[in-house]
Order: sequence, then structure tokens, then C-alpha cells
Amino acid sequence: MNDLLSNYLPIAVFIGVAAVIGLALLIAPFAVAYKSPDPEKLSAYECGFNAFDDARMKFDVRFYLVSILFIIFDLEVAFLFPWATVFGDIGWFGFWSMMVFLGVLTIGFVYEWKKGALEWD
Amino acid sequence: MALPALSPALPEILLAVGAMALLMFGAFAGEKSSRTVSFGAMGLIAVAFLMLLVAPKYGTTFSGAYVLDPFARLMKLLALAGSGFAILMSLDFARREKFDRFEYPVLILLATVGMMVMISANDLISLYLGLELQSLALYVIAAIDRDNVRSTEAGLKYFVLGALSSGMLLYGASLTYGFTGHTDFAGIAAALKAHGSSLGIVFGIVFVLAGLAFKISAVPFHMWTPDVYEGAPTPVTTFFAGAPKIAAAALMVRVVIDGYGPIAKDWQQIVVFISIASMVLGAFAAIGQRNIKRLMAYSSIGHMGYALVGLAAGTQQGVESVILYVAIYLAMTLGTFACILAMRRKDGPVEDIGELAGLSRTSPVLAFLLAMLMFSLAGIPVLAGFFAKLYVFMAAVKAGLLGLAIVGALASVVGAFYYLRVIKIMYFDEPKPAFEPMPLELKVVLGLSGLFVLGYVLIANPIGTAATTAAASLF
Amino acid sequence: MVLKALFFYLFAAVTVASAFMVISARNPVHSVLFLILAFINAAGLFLLVGAEFLAMILVVVYVGAVAVLFLFVVMMLDVDFVELRQGFLQYLPIGSVLGAVLLVELLMVLGGWAIDPGLVGKGAVPITATGSNIEQIGTVLYTKYVFFFQASGLVLLVAMVGAIVLTLRHKEGVRRQDISRQVARGPASSIEVVSVETGKGL
Repeated sequence: MNDLLSNYLPIAVFIGVAAVIGLALLIAPFAVAYKSPDPEKLSAYECGFNAFDDARMKFDVRFYLVSILFIIFDLEVAFLFPWATVFGDIGWFGFWSMMVFLGVLTIGFVYEWKKGALEWD
Repeated sequence: MALPALSPALPEILLAVGAMALLMFGAFAGEKSSRTVSFGAMGLIAVAFLMLLVAPKYGTTFSGAYVLDPFARLMKLLALAGSGFAILMSLDFARREKFDRFEYPVLILLATVGMMVMISANDLISLYLGLELQSLALYVIAAIDRDNVRSTEAGLKYFVLGALSSGMLLYGASLTYGFTGHTDFAGIAAALKAHGSSLGIVFGIVFVLAGLAFKISAVPFHMWTPDVYEGAPTPVTTFFAGAPKIAAAALMVRVVIDGYGPIAKDWQQIVVFISIASMVLGAFAAIGQRNIKRLMAYSSIGHMGYALVGLAAGTQQGVESVILYVAIYLAMTLGTFACILAMRRKDGPVEDIGELAGLSRTSPVLAFLLAMLMFSLAGIPVLAGFFAKLYVFMAAVKAGLLGLAIVGALASVVGAFYYLRVIKIMYFDEPKPAFEPMPLELKVVLGLSGLFVLGYVLIANPIGTAATTAAASLF
Repeated sequence: MVLKALFFYLFAAVTVASAFMVISARNPVHSVLFLILAFINAAGLFLLVGAEFLAMILVVVYVGAVAVLFLFVVMMLDVDFVELRQGFLQYLPIGSVLGAVLLVELLMVLGGWAIDPGLVGKGAVPITATGSNIEQIGTVLYTKYVFFFQASGLVLLVAMVGAIVLTLRHKEGVRRQDISRQVARGPASSIEVVSVETGKGL
């Protein structure tokens, strides 16, 4: 099992270095930079106006639809990875079982397309 | 690896392929096609029903994950009947209420596939996949009237609580797998026989049963039922009250008998508790209801409690009584919902119980049949509902659960009150204006259901034999 | 072994801490970001038990897609979470009692872990020494477990249909470009030759 850990050593080193650099850049200004805050300086600047309202507002539900359709196809692709690695060993049955799976989702895709879910009015 | 035997799963494959074909047809033909798609879906269900009825191919396939035995066959026939009639009963409503979306029958078909997978599940993974396939379709169906606040609220409530219960079920399944090392029911049973019970496995059972109790809306996981029944469009409620309950009850029976059979003592207590709580709550909470769909929701909670009385017995006779109970419940509930769908005046459907006032004078046949159904739901002798209760209580007494049977009998006395109140309103109150004439398909469903309820004594024998063979296949 | 334990405690502690932050952060967007942190650390835990493929899928699907979806939902809802949290303190006592009961029960389960050691690691499909994690999944998923595989395909199909049924709305009166119609257009269908009489106009 230590074998596994040593496999991931580069990633661990990378994350460590990234964390150190990121934190350093985040913390250094506290120590080094000038600070003289003032309510006017800290308020949001919106072309000289006072801010109209909150930056958060209602999103259109279509963003949600697009992302949920994306997740579904993302999962479909996730199933392809193990299939591709053992493609030679699982034979024709394995091949056709993936084709049936893709066929089912293609039907969903055609349905989506015909319903116009892929269009952005 | 060779192709696994597909013949036991052929009806499911037919339904799944058919559902996809109908989806394509609907997508290309546009919204006008919803009636054609509905008839196509009913045709597919009828073919699957006949395949199972005439030539069932018993056997286990897909590496033991899928089993078709007489028990699965009978429950599948019931679930298919529930789904098919639900589509039939939605036709008129769809035309009048602008409810005609072709996705509705397609989603019912896919949910039916999920139910059949549940009923045939012989492995924790196929159990979960079937359950999710069914539930996901049901969540969407509950909210299908998306411009109606109540319908979307029903869908959301059902979804959030359903997702929670699925999570519990998965947690229980993983505990079971962790403590036995198997996901297939036979393997779990063998491991339990060899090693006996342990605290971990008990927790696994608790979580699995909690997840399943949610699906059959048994107390204490019933909170969603009244709101969903009331909020969803009436044809959707009709569907919810029938087939999904059958599938979940079948799944529950198979899990505890096949999977957790060797440690029956441990799950028996849980089932007894759920059963008592459901019967009592169903009886008392329904008393104050004004809306007939809410009333039916509490009624279904109570009835699931009675069905579980048979399961609590844990014997072959107990399983037989559960099968008979859900079959009779399905017939009664379909008939009652045919009456509820017929409650419509010129300006739309009405759902208040008070609207039934004086129905015996405005439409005597409808009133008579509804009264018979109410008597049957209450368990008045010689009607079907009486025998259903008799079977489960007898099984419980035989298994030594006398107290459970007594509580059940008392609860049914309390429950009789609100069923009789409906009859009193129909027969003794001042008449309200008549309802619109009933469409033909509802008349057919109501007629069949009424015949079944009234004439159950005559057909009790063949049905009992079928249930006996089905129950025997689990032992 | 010490290194492994060290990493386990690191990942587990960060997972629990960020899960706590998910429910206690004031800003819901921060909650989602903490959720992503929890996912990544859960992926780390998967790695430690040797389920590399699952770890990577967790990162790809949950961090890459589901978290984005959650962000959309949080932004779409536009709920005043501060107001929503008003009842939080009110329900805190009963909530913490329930949580404590669950915790005690879980500890009891762990304490009651008395299973034949011969069962451990046997599993439904035991891991063999050869081949990587992903290959082991691949050899059974598409053949032995083909039924589960296809059923999950159907579940995805239902999800797709459901998402469209519930959310898709077309705006009225939007004019769309139909490229095939544009390309198929010929002079016959688009030009009309009118002979105009003198002095009459069109």
C-alpha cells in the first residue's frame, strides 16, 4: 500500500507547493501592505452610482437545465473509461453492452434535441 | 462471457424498449400525440401482462441478481394492472385539464420497469437501481403539472424526502454488505445463518426497512403522503396509490424473507412497530379530513399497516396474506379513485367530501358502488376488504402475534368511522348539484372494481391458490 | 503505515471540518465551496483505500459537475439565507440531541463489529493482485453486471426526460434561424416576378 502512496508523491508535493505559494500570497499582504481603510474606499464602485441592489439575483432556470444535462452526459462518459481500458478482454458481449447503453442515452439525446432543450432561445 | 438468459426479463425489456420507442414517437410527432402514446403504453403493458400471465419463464439470471418466481410473477401482474389502469383513468382528465403531455405515459412505463426490477430484485444493487428508476420517474410525475403550485410542492416534498430515504436505504445496504460480505440475498442469508446476528447487521436492517417503509408510506415515514396525494393531479394520485405500493411491498417481503430470513426475530420487532403505528395513525388522523384525496392518503397509510401485519408473522401463510391484501387493496383503491375522478362539475373537478352530499339521489349507481367500496375498505364482512383483513389477522394469530391482531382489529373499528361518514354524507345529506356524466373508461374500472369487491367470495378460491403458490416460492 | 495513517487523519479531519462549514457558513456560495473541499478530501480517502477510479470519478463528476450545478441552484434560488436561519437556534437543542443519539448509535455499531475475519476483504467480487483498479471494474461491469449497467442507463434516461419535462419552457414569439431552410431556399421560392403596369404602382 505504501507503493500506492509513493505513486501519488508528485501530486502530494504539487499540492503542498501550491498551498504554500497560495497561502504566502494571501498572508503576505497582511504583513507588508499599507492599510488605511475608509468606508467610501471599501464600498462597491459601480460607474459612479451607488450600487443598485445585491450582486446576487435570480438565474434563469435554463442554466440549471444545461448543467443537469451536462452531468448526465458526464456520467455517461465516466462509464466509458473502464470500458476502454479492458476493451480487449471483455469481448463482443462487452462491446455490445456498451453500445446498448450508449443507444439508450442517444435516444435521450435525440429527445432533447427535438424538444429544443439544446437551444438558447 | 456468454449472453445471460434474457427470457425471465423479457417483459421488462419489452417495456423499456417500447417506452423509448414511444418517447421517440412523441418527440417527433409533437404534443398532439399524447393520446396515441397513452394507448401505445397501455398496449405495451397489456402485452407484458399477457406474457407473464400465459407463459412466464421462471428462472434466475444476470449472475443471480434477477429472479422470476411465482411470487415475482403475481406481484408483477398486479403492478402492471395498477399502471395500466392508471393510464386508462387519466385519459379523460388529460383531455379536459390540458394535462396531455406525451411524457406522462412514457414516464409511467419507465416507472413500471423500475417496479418490475424491484419485484424481481435478488440483490441489493438491483433493489436500489429498481427503486431509483421507479422513484425518479415518480418524482417527475408528481410535479408534472408544473404551473400549479400545489403540484410542484408535492413533487419537491416527495423528492427531498425520497432522496433522504434512498440515502438511508443505501446506508443500510452498505452496512449489510460490510457485515456479511455479500450483496445477493441468498449470500446474505447464508452468511447470517453461519454467523448469526450482530449489532451492525441490525442497524443495516433498520436503515433498509426505513427506506422501504418510506416507499410504502408506513408510519413514521408517512409525512409526505397526504400532501403528495392532495397536491398531485388526481390521475397521478391514482397511480401513486396503486402500483408503486405493490412493488415496494413485494420488495420488502423479498428482502426480509429471502435476505434477512435467518434472523427473523430482529426484523420482526421493527415490522410490528411500523405496522401498529401505521394502523393507528391511519385510523385516527383520517377522522378530521375534509379532502377526499387526503382521506385516501391516510387510508392507504392504514392499509399498508394491515398488510405489514401479515409480513410481521414472517411465515408462509403471512406472506400469502400480504399478497392477498395488496391485491384486494389495489382493486379497492382503483375503484375509489375512479369515483374521485368522476367528481367533477361544469367548472372543474371537486375534491371536498361534502360535495358527495346526496349522491344517492343524483346518481344512485355511483353512490351504491362507492358505498360498497367504502364498506370494503372499512372491512365489513362478505366484501373483499373483510377477507383481506381476516387473512392477515389469522396469519398473525397463527404466528403467535395475538396482540398485533387485536390492535389491528381495534384500529379497523376506529377506521370504519370515517368510511361510514362518507356513506352517511352520500345517503342522508341534502343533495348538491349532480356531477358531470362519468366517462366510459371510468365506468369500466369502477364496474370491475365493484364486481371484484362484491363477488370476492365467489372467486376467493382461485385467487387464494395463486397466492399460495406465489408465497410457497419464497420458502 | 504511519504515513498512511497520517494522510487518513488529514483527509478525514478536513472532510469533517468542511462538512461542518457547509452547514454553518453564512453565505450559501461559501457552503458550496466547502462542499467542494469535502468532496476532494473524500476522494483522498478513496485513494487511501485503493479505489483510485472512484476517487477520480468523484473529482470529475462531483467537483467538476455537481458542484457547479449546486452553485447554479444556490444562485437561482435567491433565498435570504440569513432569514432562513432564524429558526436555527430554536431547533438547535432538539437537533443536537438527535445528532448525539445517532452518534452514540453509530459508535455502538462500531463497537459491535464482530464479524468473522475470514469475511473481510472477500466481497462479492474480490480484488485480484494483477491489474489496476479501473481494469478490475471494467472486467465485471460490462459483462457480469451488465444488468446493473443497463439499468443505470435507464435511470440516466429518466433523469434526462424529467429535467426537460419540469424545466424546459420556450419563449413565445422567438424567431429561430433554420439553416437547412436557408440553404434549401431557391429563386423559385424567394423571388416573385411581378409585372407592374405603368402608372399604377405596386
